[in-house]
Amino acid sequence: MREIDARLITETVATLAVEANCFLPADIKSRIEKARSEEKWETAQGILDKIIENYGIAARDNMPICQDTGVCCVFLKIGQDVHIVGDLTEAVNAGVKKGYGEGYLRKSVVGDPLKRVNTGDNSPAMLYTEIVPGDKLEITVAPKGFGSENMSQLKMLKPSDGIEGVKAFVLKTVDEAGPNPCPPIVVGIGIGGTFDKAAYLAKKALMRSAEERNSDEFYAELENELLERINALGIGPQGFGGRTTALAVNIETMPTHIAGLPVAVNINCHVTRHKSAVL
Amino acid sequence: MERKINLPITREMAREIKSGESCLLSGVIYTARDAAHKRLVELLEKGEKLPFDIENATIYYVGPTPAKPDQVIGSAGPTTSYRMDAYSPALIAAGETGMIGKGKRGSAVVEAMKKHGAVYFAAIGGAGALLSSCIKSAEVVCYEDLGAEAVRRLVVENLPVVAVIDSEGNNLYENGRRAYLESEKN
Ligand code: SF4
Repeated sequence: MREIDARLITETVATLAVEANCFLPADIKSRIEKARSEEKWETAQGILDKIIENYGIAARDNMPICQDTGVCCVFLKIGQDVHIVGDLTEAVNAGVKKGYGEGYLRKSVVGDPLKRVNTGDNSPAMLYTEIVPGDKLEITVAPKGFGSENMSQLKMLKPSDGIEGVKAFVLKTVDEAGPNPCPPIVVGIGIGGTFDKAAYLAKKALMRSAEERNSDEFYAELENELLERINALGIGPQGFGGRTTALAVNIETMPTHIAGLPVAVNINCHVTRHKSAVL
Repeated sequence: MERKINLPITREMAREIKSGESCLLSGVIYTARDAAHKRLVELLEKGEKLPFDIENATIYYVGPTPAKPDQVIGSAGPTTSYRMDAYSPALIAAGETGMIGKGKRGSAVVEAMKKHGAVYFAAIGGAGALLSSCIKSAEVVCYEDLGAEAVRRLVVENLPVVAVIDSEGNNLYENGRRAYLESEKN
């Protein structure tokens, strides 16, 4: 049994929140730069140039890449041999408050979905925990903007809809989103499980590197095909037309019921942020 | 090839700006998101005066990150515009001639733009650090209680935007995509 002080979790979450917001991950940068070199439509080239310039300025000046510094999604992989000394949830929320306060990040969370009063410190985090073997604690902080979150969709397909039904639903979701989620986008897809698990898988898919395909060849091919077809829609960067509508399609799956085929599409923007640390 | 525009935009100027044009805006703009729009339109409905002059005003849909001590403003890119659709027609009728945001607009907004003469611009969504460098001063005008959503008066210099919907209803989101897809066929 290894002990981890909750205060260390607070510090780590705070640091990760600031870094995730100011420094775009290498995988996203390399996808954007690759897309720029392949983009032939002039307007689209101009937009991608400005997007590249923007994350350069953000990194240089230690400034948030985007003003929507998001709701703070925190993924914890907790080794089953870890004992956390202190209150875990409180420690994570304290980290969010500290990072968003000291890091001059925007406070974008309301305490109640209908009464809508800003909590003033961006807490609470959207906390996802998973128990894994070992004695380590992996923390991933992923600020999530809502311009793209709002364009996400979930559908309970019929088993007979099959793979073609999944493809059609993904393409429809991206098409309807159009310019709203700040394309180029990253598309996270969850297939299977239950209503809620499909949504969780879609979000989890967004945590995977945009350069890494699904380990199952069947799904890796589906990711490639969907990326190709999304980029044939013509929406383009910011919706002004062009090839670069999506940077990557990541799919996660799990077993499901004989009667169902849940599919969730979680859309993320070109400011797809996540940063991890292992304690 | 960018068109330089000195603000404010009059109704006549608004009718000259065409969908698809890249523009650089310089002068005064005001910021407002959903919560501020709601309050502004409530004032209009009660026949009361707005806290700033809406005649020929351009409103930027932005909720910036807090400024660090040495900054004018933090990151300041656009938010998605459709959330303002319920309020924009009333503001356009009251004198607003320019809107800056990102994403689609509803038909009632476009009808009001055609009727009165107004332009809808998009700034690059997610380019908050870049856009921040074009903002030379920022002061809160009203609704400070809304935090990031308070109404601010900004002085901007060469703020890069693209005219998406013009006062004839031409829409770059539709036309740009169509033109690209046409070019792919050839
Ligand atoms: S969708 Fe992404 S890039 Fe666009 S405003 Fe929101 S967080 Fe920023």
